[in-house]
Amino acid sequence: MTSHLEVEKLDAGYEDLQVLNQVSFTLQPGEIGCMLGPSGCGKTTVLRAIAGFEPAWRGRILIDDVEVSSRKIYLPPEKRNIGMVFQDFALFPHLRVEDNVRFGLKSLSRKEQQTRIQEMLAIVGMPAYAQAYPHQLSGGQQQRIALARALAPRPRILLLDEPFSNLDVELREQLAREVRSILKQENKTAILVTHDQNEAFAMADQICVMNEGSILQQGSGYDLYHRPANRFVADFIGQGVIIPATVESSMRVKTALGVIEGNNKIDAEPGAIVDVLIRPDDVIHDDESTDSAIVVEKAFRGADFLYFLRMDSGIEVMCLAPSHHNHKINERIGIRLNVDHLVTFSRN
Amino acid sequence: MTASYPYLQRLWKPGILLVAILFSLPIFTIASFIIHPTNEVWQHLLDTVLSEYLVNSALLMLGVGIGTLVIGVGCAWLTSVCIFPGKRFFAWALLLPLAFPAYIIAYTYTGMFDYAGPVQTWIRDTTGWGLHDYFFPEVRSLGGAVTMFSLVLYPYVYLLSRAAFLEQSVCVLEVSRTLGCSVWSSFYRVALPLARPAIVAGLSLALMETLADYGAVSYFGLGVFTTGIFRTWFGLGDGTAAAKLAAILLVFVFVLVVIERWSRKQSRYHHTSNRYSALPQYRLDGYHAGLAFCACFIPLLLGFLLPAYQLALWAFETYEHMIDISFVKLTLHSITLALSAAVLAVVLALFLAYGKRLFSSNAVATSIRVVATGYAIPGTVVAVGVIIPFAWIDNSLDTIMREHFGYSSGLLLSGSLFAVMFAYMVRFLSVSIQSVESGLTKIKLSMDDAARSLAYTPIEILMKVHLPLMKGTVLTAFLIVFVDVMKELPATLILRPFNFNTLAVRAFELASDERLADSSTAALMIVVVGLVPVVLLSHSIAASRVGS
Repeated sequence: MTSHLEVEKLDAGYEDLQVLNQVSFTLQPGEIGCMLGPSGCGKTTVLRAIAGFEPAWRGRILIDDVEVSSRKIYLPPEKRNIGMVFQDFALFPHLRVEDNVRFGLKSLSRKEQQTRIQEMLAIVGMPAYAQAYPHQLSGGQQQRIALARALAPRPRILLLDEPFSNLDVELREQLAREVRSILKQENKTAILVTHDQNEAFAMADQICVMNEGSILQQGSGYDLYHRPANRFVADFIGQGVIIPATVESSMRVKTALGVIEGNNKIDAEPGAIVDVLIRPDDVIHDDESTDSAIVVEKAFRGADFLYFLRMDSGIEVMCLAPSHHNHKINERIGIRLNVDHLVTFSRN
Repeated sequence: MTASYPYLQRLWKPGILLVAILFSLPIFTIASFIIHPTNEVWQHLLDTVLSEYLVNSALLMLGVGIGTLVIGVGCAWLTSVCIFPGKRFFAWALLLPLAFPAYIIAYTYTGMFDYAGPVQTWIRDTTGWGLHDYFFPEVRSLGGAVTMFSLVLYPYVYLLSRAAFLEQSVCVLEVSRTLGCSVWSSFYRVALPLARPAIVAGLSLALMETLADYGAVSYFGLGVFTTGIFRTWFGLGDGTAAAKLAAILLVFVFVLVVIERWSRKQSRYHHTSNRYSALPQYRLDGYHAGLAFCACFIPLLLGFLLPAYQLALWAFETYEHMIDISFVKLTLHSITLALSAAVLAVVLALFLAYGKRLFSSNAVATSIRVVATGYAIPGTVVAVGVIIPFAWIDNSLDTIMREHFGYSSGLLLSGSLFAVMFAYMVRFLSVSIQSVESGLTKIKLSMDDAARSLAYTPIEILMKVHLPLMKGTVLTAFLIVFVDVMKELPATLILRPFNFNTLAVRAFELASDERLADSSTAALMIVVVGLVPVVLLSHSIAASRVGS
């Protein structure tokens, strides 16, 4: 089976301003994709192009192998059968909850509409609110109704544009997991746009990291964290520091914290200086270790402490330690490296 | 959005520019007279009356400024943060004087307080005094005009400063209390400075109305710019000098517009919080509550109840011989004019506002801003600005027709209802634009997108989403323009076709002929119609109560 959604070398923009540059990716049926990147990177433009709100300047978009956007073809949004959930929810203020959900069901009979509305409200857990008006609902409730409205007409693909950014932080991850399970239950292909990596990790199977209109890397959250393809992704996803290292062999480097062995070939000659990505979870707090560092700063995060450490060589690293290891600022603690994934960047 | 409407865009954008150019033509015509070479009549005005116009206008603005500030800000503060008997009632009732056009309250008060009026007659009857035995202030004076304008224009200041007080965060007021300010000093040191931009905006609106008035100042025989323009145009028959006077008035108005827009922009930064809870309420004790009650009741009494009572009394005495076939005709004229102007203004406003929404660009935004300045331009200035280009077109056309076809086309545009309607659009289009735009911003662009992603075509979206959401605003825009046209005096007076009368013109003519009681029926009708926007405003005040 070929892919469900295919975006091929897409260029798009507004008026005279080109925003997207050669964007390509594919999604399989039932897969949840995510466009992740800083604001202004063009991730929303990708979504709007797929929905049909912006035309393709170059390249093309295919849904089920049928072209919907290209230089020659432009299918208007109302003919695409693509659902969309908006950042501000965009519920119609003059309609009750049930009529908001009914809005996209105009082709069904009254009875079928009613059944589908009940079904959708049950799925999003709000069957009691059919008669309410949007302004009577909280932000999280409005978001659920927006989701129910978008899913009601059984769209081929669901697009979610920063769907959780208007909500409280505590609500975000909970709702993200809920939405994911609803989408999986309905086996719906979906794309989420967000600037929040935790949301992306909680929701998506495939994440495209974008910057300045281009996709820099596509992969699972695990891949992006542990095998970033370039410095931008390494920096944008998760925390960490970059420290210098000397290449010893094609799979070995030597750092101030000792030797690291990887299982990928390093793209540099032995003897060359490269940069190595060290995540906080690569640095283990170990009183037995011969290496040590001074605590410069620390952040209590509940289950663990994030320590900012300075070694005698002046190199600074971060270390994630279980929260019962409570050390004072300026205290010297033992550390050792435990790197599962060696990530190196050559120096230009 | 633009992707979906490429063909519409090609027609719509130039359409917006065309409308903007058309309806700002009078303003630019008058503005051009600032650099127009002077003539003898102008020199004569310069030597004789110009300084009088300047001094009178300045004094009028100063007086009205102080009057509206004291009444407007004071009542706004009392009704927004103090608790006293009648507070809820006053919150909306204080808007009632808005229903009175200045010219109507001016001659109502003259009728009540001049030598032969009921008040002085009563004084003479009870004391036995004669003509020169006592002092009584002259209503038809500069001081009288300041009082009249203050009484009917303070609601502008009241409305905007009250909104500003209500929008202030409770926190800043409470912070000032914890930092050692008393209730009253936190008013002076925190609440008042924070509301200043809104107060200044309201004040500039009141002063614009003062400058724009013709009816009241002319009835009082005051030499200011609007009366000067009339005198120069009709008395001296000099269009150029009249236009030059109009140009100077325009400069005054322009300064006010700049101040008003700047203040509105500032007031956005003075929003101190996004979360508003109910303001602290200061419960006033018996003595203070009584003072607060009087402070709110006196403007209401003098600005509305008393003159309305007097008008009703006169109307009751005279309606039998005043309401005849010509009065019905008059009313029909007024209603027809106001209806057509309101429909046209709303249609044009929808055209402009939707154009801006669909194809936002600098050119479009600037055009709409230019058209939206019209509300500030005095009717007299608009009228002169309409007549000059229209007369030029008429004359050119007539010359061409006579040279080539031996036939005189006469005056097609000037002195026609078309010219009247054109002037109304110049002046009132801004009112409908403002209303329609504010309604349209409530329909977020994402709602359009949501509807399209749910398989609705643009036309269906217009019917199913926009129509139900815009109904209210469009109706409001329609009503406000309708009422404004009913009240409008100077532009109608100058531009109307020969012997074509409206209620406002008739009321003014009768009053000018000292038939005050006879003018009351028409005046009362105008005031009653004028109550419509007041009711609308008071509704929105009740609906926007903070904390609910």
